[in-house]
Parts: sequence; C-alpha cells; structure tokens
Amino acid sequence: MAKNSKGQSKITVYPDWCKGCGVCVEFCPKKVLELDVHGKSSVVREDDCIHCGFCELHCPDFAIVVTDKKPGDSNNS
Amino acid sequence: MPRRKKHKEIFAQGNEAVVEGALMAGCSFYGGYPITPSSEIMEIMANRLPLTEDGVFIQLEDEIASMGAVIGASLAGRKAMTATSGPGFSLKQENLGYACMAEAPLVLVNVMRGGPSTGLPTSPAQGDVQQARWGTHGDHPIIVLSASDVQECLEMSITAFNMAEKYRTPVILLIDEITAHTREKIKIPHPNEYEVVSRIVPSMPPEWYKPFEETVRGVAPMPPLGSGYRFHVTGLTHDVNGFPTSRPDEVVDLMERLHRKIDQFFYDIQLYEELQTDDAEVVVIAYGSVARSAEYAVLQAREAGVKAGLLKLKTLFPYPRRATEKILGQAGRLVVPEMNMGQMSREVKRVACGRASIRTINRIDGQIIAPSEILKVIMQG
Amino acid sequence: MTITGNEIIHQYLRHNKKFPHVLCAGCGHGIVLGTLIRSVHQLGLPKDDVVIVAGIGCSGRLAVYVDFNTIHTTHGRALTFATGVKMANPKLKVICIMGDGDALSIGGNHMIHAARRNIGVTALVLNNNIYGMTGGQSSPATPMGSVSMTAPFGQLEKNFDTVALASGAGANYVARGTVFHVRKLEKLMVKAIERPGFNMLEIITPCHTQFGRKNKYKTPVDMYKWIKSNAVDIERFNEIDEGKRGEKFPIGTFVERDLSGLEERYYKLKAEMRKARGEK
Repeated sequence: MAKNSKGQSKITVYPDWCKGCGVCVEFCPKKVLELDVHGKSSVVREDDCIHCGFCELHCPDFAIVVTDKKPGDSNNS
Repeated sequence: MPRRKKHKEIFAQGNEAVVEGALMAGCSFYGGYPITPSSEIMEIMANRLPLTEDGVFIQLEDEIASMGAVIGASLAGRKAMTATSGPGFSLKQENLGYACMAEAPLVLVNVMRGGPSTGLPTSPAQGDVQQARWGTHGDHPIIVLSASDVQECLEMSITAFNMAEKYRTPVILLIDEITAHTREKIKIPHPNEYEVVSRIVPSMPPEWYKPFEETVRGVAPMPPLGSGYRFHVTGLTHDVNGFPTSRPDEVVDLMERLHRKIDQFFYDIQLYEELQTDDAEVVVIAYGSVARSAEYAVLQAREAGVKAGLLKLKTLFPYPRRATEKILGQAGRLVVPEMNMGQMSREVKRVACGRASIRTINRIDGQIIAPSEILKVIMQG
Repeated sequence: MTITGNEIIHQYLRHNKKFPHVLCAGCGHGIVLGTLIRSVHQLGLPKDDVVIVAGIGCSGRLAVYVDFNTIHTTHGRALTFATGVKMANPKLKVICIMGDGDALSIGGNHMIHAARRNIGVTALVLNNNIYGMTGGQSSPATPMGSVSMTAPFGQLEKNFDTVALASGAGANYVARGTVFHVRKLEKLMVKAIERPGFNMLEIITPCHTQFGRKNKYKTPVDMYKWIKSNAVDIERFNEIDEGKRGEKFPIGTFVERDLSGLEERYYKLKAEMRKARGEK
C-alpha cells in the first residue's frame, strides 16, 4: 500500500456496512471523504486520494476498499 | 474350549479405580485442582498420563480453570476429565453449563464430602445429588452416575466416558468419600469385556457439516478443532450452525433437542441393579456406599423371613423412573437411606405419587449408614 | 492481481454471517479484528490451524464473524479454554480475544497464571476502559476520576496497568498498541502471534457509547483524537519528565523473553520419559 500520487486510486464505500462513525472523514489527510445526507461515508474528491490507506485500515466495519485505479474505472466522486 | 485368561487383580481404592477406568475408556486429558477427598485421582493421573501415548496432564490455577481446560481439550478432540469435591464442585458449575450448551463431552467426577461450604472435608456425604442435577443455571439435560464399590468405580468410569461421547454431553460421576477411600481387591477386565465408545466425527465435506443439527443418533458428529471443519462454539443459544440466535423458534428447537438427545435413550442411560425384588414387599432404594449397607440389611431381613429387596441406582439422573414403577406395582413399602437430608428420596416420592409408604433414613454427621440402621426400618413393618 | 486492505479481510469473514457486525459505530473492536486478520494473513497461517477463543462482552462477539475455528467461552475464562486447546493440540495457533473486564477482573487469576506457566497462547486484551455490553459499568481499567454507571460521582479506584501486570506475572512477550496506530499494532500483533509462549498484547480501543459520552468525548472521533494525542512510543515516553506525562501512555514492546511454552516443555518431557521406558 505504497502512497501514490493523486488521481491513481479508486475508493469503494459499501453504504450497507458503513455506520457513519466519521473516523475516515475526520482523519483523511486529503479530505477525500464526507458524510452524506444519510450519515454514510461517501467519496467526494477521489482524485485527491494519495492511497495512504488510513480509511481502509481504520474502518471498523470493513466498509471501505481502496484499490489502484485501472483505465476505464469510473470516478466515484 | 480355551481356558479363560485370569484377570489381573489389584488392591486399590475407589479413586484409583476411577483412574483405571478412565484410562481404559481412552481418557487422554486431565485438568484439575487439588481438593480432598478427590486429590488421589489427580495425583495418579499426574503419574500415569505423561507416560501414555498422547496423555496430557495439567494442574490449573483453580476449579473454574480446570473445567475450562477440560472443555477446551474436549473440543480439540480429547476424551477429557476432571475430578473435584465439595466447594470445587460448586466452582465447576458455570463451565459445566457451558459444556451442556456446547455439547462438549467430558467426565466430571465429584467425590462427595460433608457440606455445605467447607463442611466435613474428610468425611463422606451424599449432599451433592440435587446439585449434580441442577447445579448449573438454566434448564439443562445432564447424566449423573454413581458407584457403590471400588469395582464399580472402574466400571462406571468407563460408562461415564462412553455416555459422554455417545451423547455429546458432560457426565457427572458421583462417588462418596467412603467409596473413594475404601481399598479392596478389584479385577481389571480384559479388553474384550468392556465397550469403548468414541464420538463420531463428520464424514461429509466441511461445507455441509452442521455442528448442532439433530441426527438419527440424536447428536451431530463432532470433529476435533483444526481438522478442516471450522465452526463456531458458543454458550449463547445458537442455531444449527452454532451462530447465536434469539429467534423463538430456533431457541425452542435447540432446547428441545438438547433434552431429547438424552430423553430418547433412557433405556440405554438408566442403569440400576435389582436384588431379590421379584417378590419383595419392602424395597430399599439406595446408591453409593449406602447401597452396600442396604444390600447387607436386605440379606439379613430375608434370613429373618421378611420379603425385602434392593434397587441399587447406578444412574441417578435422569432418574430411573421405570425401574421404580415396576417395584411400585408390588411393594407396599420403600426405604430410602442416604447420607443427606433427603435428596434422592424426593425423586422416589415424585415417582411414587403416594402409591407406597416411603421411609427415609438420613445421616448428616459424616458417618456411614450401618446395615443395622436400615434393617431396623425394614423390620418395623 | 494481489489483493490488499479490506479485500483481504472480506476473504476471512464468514460469508454466512450478517454484516455489518453488532458493534457500535466507531467501536475500535472492528479495527482489532481487521488487524488480526491481516496479521494471520501476513504470517500465512491456514484458517484451519487458527483457533480464536473469546470471552464474554463486546470483544467476545468478534469471534463469530471470522472464518477460523472459533470458541465463544464464558466470562473471564477464555484463557482456561485456550490452555486446554493448546495442551491438547500444540499445532494449533490459539489466540484469545478478551476485554478489560474479562481479562483483568473476572479472569484476572487466569491471566496471571497463563503468563506464569507461559502457555503458548496469544492474549489480545481489548481495553476500552469500561464494561460496554452490560451498559457502562466500571472495570478494573476505568481510570481514576472518570465517570461510569457504577461510579457516577467518579471512580475512586486505581486502574490496572495491564502491561506491568503481565510482565510481572512472567509473560514471554508484552506489548501495547492502539487502534489508531494500526500499522504499528499490526507489527506488534504479528509478533504476539508468531512468538512461542504466552504473549500479551494490550490494545487501547475506544468505547464512545459507554465510556466516551460520560467522559467528555462527544463523538467517536473525539476518542480517536484522544488516543492520537496521548499514545506515545515507549522510547519517547521515557524521555518525558514524569510530572509532565499527564494522560500520556506508552505504546510498543515492553518485554521480550525467550522461554519455551508450557506445551513444548510438557511434550519434550513426555518424550524423554517414554524413551527412557523404551516406548515411542
């Protein structure tokens, strides 16, 4: 999980598993995530993600997956 | 006809015979904590188990821990046991309930001493009979066996393991201090003279295995930990997969099955012996060392012309109701001697429902009930 | 393509269990479970060889979610079951998950004796400073002065130092980590699992629901911030003047001994005894 430069990561949040604790939102160094109207974590600035892995490691509900972006992947934000 | 090989005979106390029986039944794990008058079982195990092929002996920090370790070993596939007395039996109750719920086979020997509390540590009693049945909380099925002499300690120790393995349940073997410490000559049976039962392991692919499912044998097969069948074991009320549930229908399924697995095999579980009961007008119902005094009293009564008989209980729970019913059809009087304030006599009265006159003989002073005391009551007519 | 992060974890979770798990939003226990799975994965241990033995309480609920051999035992007794399993089959990797009430209060005796006899078990003590599942009563890890359901006017008793307790009792390996410092926690946990003998890892994990709300941490995030600013590497912690430490606490490795586990010693002795008697 080496840090990447911006714009090379894809973030998937599974809203069914997210309980909206806000840990990922608070500690994301690039403010990529925000809580949406339902109180769930959602990706708003995917291009800013540096793939540090914090959100994925600290999600107590295993609801976030960060992977390398492949050509053709849609932008989640 | 080939000549029968002579039996090996040893001079042993009841505690020693329990160990002999356990090892013959395949016991390979003992976890314990010292307490009088059961300590010899632990000491002999400490000498014997390390020398057997796969035997494990461990002394734990307390009675609670020894019960936990025995359950752990049982789940890991071992035939496991522990032994205790008095206060130690109370401490084991929590994890005993766990073993009932998780259906972990194990044998728990309780050498009964005077109580309550520290009581009479070196004297005999039979005060733990109802605790053996109802000691752990919640409705639970359990098998409680007893032994009245040293030879029977060996036999019932084997039986206890066999029942535990067959029915995936903890089995309590209750003996009293007299039986535990009496030394007498016993015969070691030849290997073809006794049966050894081992739990059935699953024989299907792991994905199809359900650890808490009802089968024609009553209980599901049980694999040792680490054999590829990964499942969840819990003391919580659970479904057939072992996952916790509070759905009323699943709770009922589990609870009824737990009881059914014992109840449908009464014919196999309820062991007793009858002595001259066929024409008896007065029958003594006894267990443990008291049954020996009762036997002597019955023989003396016969000599005096009184039609007396003995029903010796080897299984205490589930209470041998049918054996008692049979006697109730003919004997007008029952005598129940026991070294407590009246614990087994409750069961007898429950079954009798007033159909016979029941006299109890109770001693709680740490002394044996002598044959003369029982004979006196038999002769009172 | 190699998979990383939570995709690894998803492969180890029980697919027939309902998710999300039962724990509260922001509970650190989930992070511990994730770290445990990554540690096992990193060590390359087969699922069949891993036995998770959990106690009772919030931490006890973790076992059911993960696809290992799992045993959810009685309150405080996890280590006793684990001792039986390990002695019965030393090939198994036995990992205990306990809470602070579990391991230090009702199971305190088992804890010190498991450490003393150095049984080959990994003990993860999930310290959230409170009895969470029963509704927020004081535990032996509730700090003096803090408020709980059973100490509504402030806790008068001192809390246990889990690390000192396990060290004093003779554990082979003693460490402390937090669920905020996950990468460090993973390193500590890998060691706690792979080393022989009794290895105790205390994990500081926040309970916002039962502890935080009564003690001025309004959100789960506030609790993580508290951990972030107060957990200090042991080397740095030792450099801070005692008077200036305040709420700060050290994390890292405290004890590394190299004594063989009880099961190793037992089976070695057994083999020697049997050899001397001409048996195999």
